Amino acid sequence: MNEHVSIARTSEWNGGRVRIPAPIALLAELTHRCPLACPYCSNPLELDGVKSELTTEEWISVFQQAAALGVLHLHLSGGEPAARRDLVELTIAAAKAGLYTNLITSGIGLTEKRIAELSDAGLDHLQLSIQGSTPALADKVGGYKGGYARKIAVAEWTHAAGIPLTVNAVCHKQNMDQIGDMLDLAVTLDARRIEIATVQFHGWAERNRKALMPTKEQVLRTNTFVDEARKRLEGIIVIDYVPADHHSTYPKACMGGWGRTGINVTPSGKVLPCHAAESIPSLNFQTIRDMSLEDIWYDSDAFNAYRGDSWMPDLCRSCDRKAIDMGGCRCQAMALAGDASATDPVCIRSPMRQLLVEQADADSRAEPPEFVYRGRSIEAD
Amino acid sequence: MSEPSAVTVTSQTIAKLARGVRLREDPVRGQTVLLAPERALALDEIAVMIVNALDGERTLDAIAAEFSVRFEAPKDQILSDMIAFVDEFSKRRMLELKS
Repeated sequence: MNEHVSIARTSEWNGGRVRIPAPIALLAELTHRCPLACPYCSNPLELDGVKSELTTEEWISVFQQAAALGVLHLHLSGGEPAARRDLVELTIAAAKAGLYTNLITSGIGLTEKRIAELSDAGLDHLQLSIQGSTPALADKVGGYKGGYARKIAVAEWTHAAGIPLTVNAVCHKQNMDQIGDMLDLAVTLDARRIEIATVQFHGWAERNRKALMPTKEQVLRTNTFVDEARKRLEGIIVIDYVPADHHSTYPKACMGGWGRTGINVTPSGKVLPCHAAESIPSLNFQTIRDMSLEDIWYDSDAFNAYRGDSWMPDLCRSCDRKAIDMGGCRCQAMALAGDASATDPVCIRSPMRQLLVEQADADSRAEPPEFVYRGRSIEAD
Repeated sequence: MSEPSAVTVTSQTIAKLARGVRLREDPVRGQTVLLAPERALALDEIAVMIVNALDGERTLDAIAAEFSVRFEAPKDQILSDMIAFVDEFSKRRMLELKS
């Protein structure tokens, strides 16, 4: 935008040899407990129970280690992070460590008082999920009656406390045609930003492909809509958009590249290069109870497994796009090709591409069956 | 909660960083960064100086006049650079504007 400003990133791609950059962001999955039961839940199929969750002190140590390692953004997520009674205490510690602190929440479990406390604690930003533009659809997708009304109240309390708001709208076959209504809702709620993200077909969403997979026509309409809305609403709301990647030509640069920008810490302290990484059975992951965050980031086998290009098949290693998409998504290669080192099947150059497109197309045209809801973890704090 | 509208940036605009947008030192990488939701921007010295001058009290015109004296550079040039800079950040909703 301007010669005086650049994206804060330090990594270099040196002809196959990688200088490991410091991580920019850490996603702290404080708990897997969640009152919602979304059919596209991104948490792993095996959830961590409340008894295995890191303690307050352990999380604070993670935040301090992350800040020392160069992390700038901290995302407090879950499950539903508000299920942690120590959320305010954790926010205070994160802010004290200098981290930019973002709460990613369904809103359920937040009260006006708690939001004011989070604001005083130094919370920089709040990201609120919306499952649909009407109470009926939203509550159906979330599997939680009254959820929509609560979210609207949370947005109002957030606004009153002065905390900037992002609305997070996950879109799919059954709500993609109402994306304009969700955008209008975000503007009405005075969100500065909306994240429109198409469902990623990993984990739980795989079980609901026929209920969730958008059609090619829906995706193209949404792409056009977003382009137009960005112009119309410039200066009013920032639109970040994650298009449907099964309908794209090239894979996404998943996580900005494996072990290049982000760290994910599970409720029990396992440190992952991305939230779905445990779906790759050949990898072993350390926990922050065994090793320092720094040693895991720079030296662990799991983080080094897909850095650089030496792991890539020839097709990718010789590809001129390898520095753009970093080889795409390893978990997707695992899920669809049965090999985490394979070319991402989304890529137009993958031998699996045709099959992927045909499956996506068939699922997108299917009459949507009932959702298979994510089971709730209902253990008390 | 009425619908806000985009503001046009002029020499009379008064700006400051919006809540949730802040400047900090990044000692690990030896740079100054501007942090916003899902954004981390590395700023050079000039950008840092502009951001620090956006105090929510002075107009861009007044700031440009001060910089013009301090750096012995033409005020018009400084002002037009600042307007472009503020306009860009405003479109990203990183600033609060009055004008």
